[in-house]
Amino acid sequence: MPTEIGREDAQQLIAAGAQLVEVLPKKEFDEQHLPGAIHIPLRQIDPGVGASLAPERPVIVYCWDSA
Amino acid sequence: MSARAAWRLESLGFGRVYDYAAGKSDWMAAGLPTEGTAADRPSAATVARREVPTCHLEESLRDVRDRVRAAGWDTCVVVNERRIVMGLLRADQLAQEGDVSAGSAMRPGPSTFRPHVAIEKLAKVMATRDLPNVPVTTSAGELIGLLVRGDAERAAHERQGGPS
Repeated sequence: MPTEIGREDAQQLIAAGAQLVEVLPKKEFDEQHLPGAIHIPLRQIDPGVGASLAPERPVIVYCWDSA
Repeated sequence: MSARAAWRLESLGFGRVYDYAAGKSDWMAAGLPTEGTAADRPSAATVARREVPTCHLEESLRDVRDRVRAAGWDTCVVVNERRIVMGLLRADQLAQEGDVSAGSAMRPGPSTFRPHVAIEKLAKVMATRDLPNVPVTTSAGELIGLLVRGDAERAAHERQGGPS
């Protein structure tokens, strides 16, 4: 079950080497994203996603907010 | 959207998946750095004033008015104990007579802005709707600050290359 986290936890995980993934459309990612984030839109999270992400490392996903 | 992405990643065998649900909006509201073509673009979060007068629903309007004016403001944001925006007291509401509470005098459910929206867009909205100020909140309604129209227009003007 994915764990919902807040900003401080996210910062700690990023500092510890977590992979950061923005799932918003490309235009929004290109304009502004969290430092070090990679872009994988929701619809592209498929069995081939292992080419972009290491399954053995933590992954943090985010979009704009929970609204 | 991020919750669905997190579940999908887990279904694909990722063992440690975290959903930063408050997301980019929360990150920017905290004033943390970003990357990208618009990373230095002024937004509601960067232009809004953070130290703004607030009060609670049950406070006496008279006391609130004295405190707000002494601080050099003509607006007060009414919040609950979790700093969720309940209403707004602008000059007209603050000037009301009688022994009433902030909650009964306020404008309930005021328009709010999200922190990530570009300042040029917000300056236009404020001019079109003749809004002197607008609270900036998280998606959950928590107060981040108050965007003052003059500040928004100044920042938008500077962004467009005008003299400061």
